Amino acid sequence: MSSIQEHPAQPPLVTVRGLSVSFGGRTVLEDIDLTVGAGEIVTLIGPNGAGKTTLVKSVLGLVKPSAGSIRLRPGLTVGYMPQRLQVERTLPLTVRRFLTLWRKVGRAELSQVLDEVGAAHVIDDAVQTLSGGELQRVLLARALLRRPDILVLDEPVQAVDVHGQIELFNLIAEIRRTRGCGVLLVSHDLHLVMARTDTVVCVNRHICCSGHPEDVSRHPEYLAMFGRHAEALAVYQHSHDHHHDCGGAVVTLPSAPQPLPDAQAREHPARHHHHG
Amino acid sequence: MIRALLGGCGIALVAGPLGSFVVWRRMAYFGDTLSHSALLGIALGYLLGIGMTVGVIAVCVAIAVLLVVLQEQRQLASDTLLGIVSHSTLSLGLVAIAFMETMRIDLLAYLFGDILSVTTTDIGWIYGGGAVALGVLAFIWRRLLAITVDEDLARVEGMPVIAIRLTFMLLIAAVIAIAMKIVGILLITSLLIVPAATARRFSSSPELMAVMASVIGVTAVVAGLFGSLFWDLPSGPSIVTSAALMFALSLMVPVFPLSRAPRPRAR
Repeated sequence: MSSIQEHPAQPPLVTVRGLSVSFGGRTVLEDIDLTVGAGEIVTLIGPNGAGKTTLVKSVLGLVKPSAGSIRLRPGLTVGYMPQRLQVERTLPLTVRRFLTLWRKVGRAELSQVLDEVGAAHVIDDAVQTLSGGELQRVLLARALLRRPDILVLDEPVQAVDVHGQIELFNLIAEIRRTRGCGVLLVSHDLHLVMARTDTVVCVNRHICCSGHPEDVSRHPEYLAMFGRHAEALAVYQHSHDHHHDCGGAVVTLPSAPQPLPDAQAREHPARHHHHG
Repeated sequence: MIRALLGGCGIALVAGPLGSFVVWRRMAYFGDTLSHSALLGIALGYLLGIGMTVGVIAVCVAIAVLLVVLQEQRQLASDTLLGIVSHSTLSLGLVAIAFMETMRIDLLAYLFGDILSVTTTDIGWIYGGGAVALGVLAFIWRRLLAITVDEDLARVEGMPVIAIRLTFMLLIAAVIAIAMKIVGILLITSLLIVPAATARRFSSSPELMAVMASVIGVTAVVAGLFGSLFWDLPSGPSIVTSAALMFALSLMVPVFPLSRAPRPRAR
């Protein structure tokens, strides 16, 4: 996709062709094509039960496809961050121990990666006592310890409040920038990821549409899927026509990445509410 | 009595770390199922003339493999599956023993344990088998811990999840086979989980919890066997009662703080 054209010499990290998955006769995914280029952020988006997680798990080799092919670039290291982690309460496990469970990690490396994700202060806490945002950061640190070529993140911000969600997405975009790794991301909220993603793939059992986030947000299939009611459709269409303005709505937070300079854009969400 | 003490302590030492994993992995009912099937092993061991310990190990291993296979199919909920296998193997064992008129067996001794029945050969089994079991557990320790935390993560990291899970189940099967005579098949699971649950309150790391569970288990065995000797009690219930008492006492002790002193929250 876009970045492949930018780096024609680099083979794609992940190439999925004609993938179908079915569980017990029920087709969950049908004829999926997906490419993640080097250094590219690809976001999978779709409603609940659309097969986003199944697609990610197929790429990770956790789910067996019933047809099609999944090719990873030879020697590819994958850093996986699951949707959530439920550690049994009876298991006494600190963050330090959790992170060293998967491979030997030196002290310096450990504190460096925790600094990178902004979770240095929880290193001696029990994993069960972490807040949603802290846990996600620790899981991200775990994935980064592999020095991955590609990060695979399944709904990385689910148990996090809106403020924390934006911070996490910024962090992921920042990690991509500094480490140059590809990112395959699952989300159900296009607005949040829009500004920080290169390619959006809209999944609902099959691929509805894919491409640049702005194009996808105007695609009729996308609108049909997320704006079932006329009212909601109007809201969506409206906000997508002005997606930067909508970004402006969250930009009022100091940490957001691309603060919009013109005042009109900041006013816009308010007007938008009047209409909706 | 010396043999019983030696045997009981040996079992408690092995049961501590294994029992910790049974607690972490929520496998108490699985342990019950395996131990209930041990009675069938006794009957088969006698019938085939291969000896009871070998019979029990063989049946427990077969049941463990069967459960792994059935669980992979995901046709039935785990607890339903365990309930079916647990009670049908226990009943099969009782039926088989009832059919064998030539077999004179003290059923109560097998169900609840009997110190007097512990032979020198049994001690050999306990320490030999126990040492092997602990060695294997130490070998798979970190990976088993990782799988316990999250199986999908472990798979993505390239760990042989099924092989490790199966190995762990075989270890439990082996411990049940060697612990059967002292604690009795109906009570083995409690020797696995009660000391571990007690140790949880005083542990800040998985390893510490495993060691503490062994220490608590040994204490329960010693106390229980002396109770059994003085009041002529069946050894199994006596050991489990003292373990349960220690657990109850531990509830009154303030919990070891898992995280360090309260820190100011960020933000």
